[in-house]
Amino acid sequence: MNDMSFWERIGHFFDDIGLIRIGSSYAGDIDFLIILVLVVVGVWFLAAELIFVYFIMRFRAKGDGRRADYIDGKNKRHKRWIFYPHLAVLVFDVLIVVVSFKVWNNVKMTLPDNPDAVIRVIGQQWAWTFQHPGVDGELDTADDIFTVDELHVENEKVYHFKLEATDVLHSFSVPVWRIKQDAIPGRSITGWFQPTVAGEFDVQCAEICGFGHGVMAARVMVETAEEHAAWVAANAPAVTAAATDANTPAPGS
Amino acid sequence: MVEPAVDLTHGHHHDDHADHGPKGWLKYVWSTDHKVIAMQYMFTGMFMALVGGFMAYVFRMQLAFPGIDVPGFGMVSPGEYNALVTNHGTIMIFWVAMPVLLAAFGNYLIPLMVGADDMVFPKVNRLSFQVFFVSTIVILASLVVEGGGFAGAWTAYPPLSADSTYNLTPLGSTLWVIGVGLEFVAFLLGGINFITTLMNSRAPGMRAFDVPIVVWMIVVASILFMLSVGPLLAGAIMLIFDQTIGTGFFNPATGGDPILWQHLFWFFGHPEVYVVLLPAMGVVIEIITTFARKKVFAYRTVIFTVVATGVLSFFVWAHHQFIAGIDPRMANIFTITTLLISVPIAELCFVYIATLYGGSITLNTPMLWALAFVAEFLIGGVTGIFLGAAGADIYFHDTYFVLAHFHYTFFPIAIIGTFAAVTYWFPKMFGKMMDDRLGKIHFWGTIIPFNLIFIPLFVLGMGGQHRRIYNYTHFPELALDWFQDMRVVATVSLLIMLAFQFVFFYNWYKTIRHGPKAPRNPWKANSLEWTTESPPPHGNWRPDEMPVVYRGPYEYSTTDREDDYWPQNEPSSRGSA
Amino acid sequence: MRPIATTRAATGIATGKLAIWWVLASEVVIFGGLLASYVMHRLGHPEWADAAVHTNTWIGAINTFVLLSSSLTAVLAHQAAERGDGKKAARYLYYTIGGAATFIGVKSYEWWYEISHGYTITSNTFWAFYYSAAGLHALHVIAGAVIMFIVARDAAKNLELHRVELIGIYWHFVDIVWIFLFPLLYIAK
Repeated sequence: MNDMSFWERIGHFFDDIGLIRIGSSYAGDIDFLIILVLVVVGVWFLAAELIFVYFIMRFRAKGDGRRADYIDGKNKRHKRWIFYPHLAVLVFDVLIVVVSFKVWNNVKMTLPDNPDAVIRVIGQQWAWTFQHPGVDGELDTADDIFTVDELHVENEKVYHFKLEATDVLHSFSVPVWRIKQDAIPGRSITGWFQPTVAGEFDVQCAEICGFGHGVMAARVMVETAEEHAAWVAANAPAVTAAATDANTPAPGS
Repeated sequence: MVEPAVDLTHGHHHDDHADHGPKGWLKYVWSTDHKVIAMQYMFTGMFMALVGGFMAYVFRMQLAFPGIDVPGFGMVSPGEYNALVTNHGTIMIFWVAMPVLLAAFGNYLIPLMVGADDMVFPKVNRLSFQVFFVSTIVILASLVVEGGGFAGAWTAYPPLSADSTYNLTPLGSTLWVIGVGLEFVAFLLGGINFITTLMNSRAPGMRAFDVPIVVWMIVVASILFMLSVGPLLAGAIMLIFDQTIGTGFFNPATGGDPILWQHLFWFFGHPEVYVVLLPAMGVVIEIITTFARKKVFAYRTVIFTVVATGVLSFFVWAHHQFIAGIDPRMANIFTITTLLISVPIAELCFVYIATLYGGSITLNTPMLWALAFVAEFLIGGVTGIFLGAAGADIYFHDTYFVLAHFHYTFFPIAIIGTFAAVTYWFPKMFGKMMDDRLGKIHFWGTIIPFNLIFIPLFVLGMGGQHRRIYNYTHFPELALDWFQDMRVVATVSLLIMLAFQFVFFYNWYKTIRHGPKAPRNPWKANSLEWTTESPPPHGNWRPDEMPVVYRGPYEYSTTDREDDYWPQNEPSSRGSA
Repeated sequence: MRPIATTRAATGIATGKLAIWWVLASEVVIFGGLLASYVMHRLGHPEWADAAVHTNTWIGAINTFVLLSSSLTAVLAHQAAERGDGKKAARYLYYTIGGAATFIGVKSYEWWYEISHGYTITSNTFWAFYYSAAGLHALHVIAGAVIMFIVARDAAKNLELHRVELIGIYWHFVDIVWIFLFPLLYIAK
């Protein structure tokens, strides 16, 4: 990991300390934004608390008959102690907004062209169904692979996902990818991700969906190209020439 | 302005009224006295706090020790767990924070602080509590009906909340909506009283900027509530129809839209945060000025800032819905408005800190609570920035980071703010001085465990732990040992905090039984409630003592007076040497 | 014994009038939320026009006329009360109640007709909004009529005459809500 720039290094902090892995192309950007906010508000927070505690210690009544000052904060000389800090808050807000826009626009508002594959994610009470393209690489064809609570993707490939729900709201969340999107019955929401680390990770449902919400866990298997090809070959349903109607995919494995 | 002629037989003592009203304990049930209604709200709210606290105890035990037979409850099923977290949230916000801070202290303080003998509509006030009481019974009943309590989170997102084939609690969810709806009606009725009493019934001489900040805050909060709750009331009607007669307002299959509810809910839900925050902030500034012997820094700035916060709070609601499937362009707009609202809130915190500068600070129990509010609320405030930035919210949404964040706002509001208010006004309300040493033990025994509950939850949230999961062992990444250790720390801290609450109740009991009698003005404070007896009689002042106001409430440590305080009702000629 | 608080008017506006305006402010957002939801849905579902053609514009128009007339009598009642003529004020209020009763009667017939032709609240979301919004409005009409009856009974004895104006303000609000409902539910086909 020596080829990372200084800024990427910062974005990698949570991964470095073992808090949460970075597993997608944009996870580091989101972490960078979080750390930026952490630093900015952290400085403000510490400054405010320190001054606050200092004032309490410094101005405690000591029983020596000292009276409090009479300051009504009405004149400009006093008011600037409030005015400049709050102007500074505004400036830092702008900084955070700019970086947040950048991250948000990349993750949620732009969709990379020509994805390597498209998958469908369907939430229902209380399981995830994943529809993978089969050998032909196209979704909604007869050789699609359906799995329950197990998503198989190939590392380093750009995926689009179509997120749907059949009954109530669910939320498709993969913490290591920093991705989260609510699934809404009656709609299909498209998003994207690009895994960057191979391995097996949690998929959570992050929107309460009833009795079994707490067990609505799934796993995502991020596989190398060879592993993934082998998995597709082993699980793709046998397709006869007659049965290529896109609308009747057989539930597989 | 001339005080209207009054009937001199009017209410010196409670007894005067006993003979033309109901007798005995019924006198308290049917009382229209704002102080009695305040007590009714306060005790109902405190009882509900115990209910909500018990729920927290049960589900925290389940989280720390999954599958344990929780003492006092038993095994926690997934459905029960969901019902517990749902109703913990509902009760703590609607049946604890609102009745205690807004209704109890609003009712108690507004007439006393503006120098009136009661609210302008005493019967509406009584009706407000009666509706609230019915709503309390409905929400408690919803917990024990067949199928169990509503378990779809306090936000009640449909379709889960709208269809009993999904939520499995046909009775519980409908009673939940009815209970919450009635509670709203109660606070609408109360709010009209608060607003009109401040506007019209101020003591002679009291101008708008002579009103104590806490009264301003409570009234602004009531206005925010009135202007934001309507759409949700409409939404509640739609939700009840969806649940009971099968309309499809929120059902996509019939042309409805589940996201509509989220907009209606959060259009209310975000201003609601300020509805409970403002009274607490008002309480805190009253206490800080009294015990720092300082004039509030820039009074008018505070008022304008509060109004600005209130206006802005109507334009931030969708930050709860960044990833809910709304148009992503909206997220950018709401990121801007959300971060913008940090400016007035930061300004209020600066004002509070600046007020301490040059003071002469006494650290007794109420002051400790007030200062702790500022210190802890800062944490809640700054962590909100993470969630307001849409890019970071992609990760943090619905994790324990959110949970810890809003507990760092709501706990200071509902618990710290309440304890500050109760310990500060206890001498006035009950005529006895509380034990300061016990008060401090209770303070530290609450504040330290509070931080130990929620700091681990911040870390867990940053580690990706999401909310409303009854057992994390199903998620390998969340089942790590050190994650579980943190959950245990949080739970044990909660147990310690709950245990220390007995100190408070013991202190209360001891004070009522044996506490020294409180003088009229034990804290040497300026506002009008301290100019009458402790506790105030029916009618608040003897008719010949109704106060007239000569100045604002924060004239502490003025240079030309011997006393370092200057009550609002004291004519200038006296004492200005 | 009335509290001293009720006798003060620091703003120079009678407390009752202040209160009624705040009540209306909170009512405006209730109807506002409902109607805004309806309008957003309606824009997103052009096919609702097919359901809307089955509403009866003529009946809606008659009811609009009835309500507007009843607002006029409410104004006349207020004028009479200002002059201190409680009897006359009460009589005009009873006319207004008559208007309310006519409105509810016409509405009952209309709903009966629609329901008997199979257009019920559960038919689709247009009808759900139609019945909910108009039903909530009708509840306000009924509540207003009941309160007006109490006010009129007192007014006839020349008691609490200031309340005539307050109930009148409320009645105009109920009227204005209908002015919004009528085009949204009936005219927009």
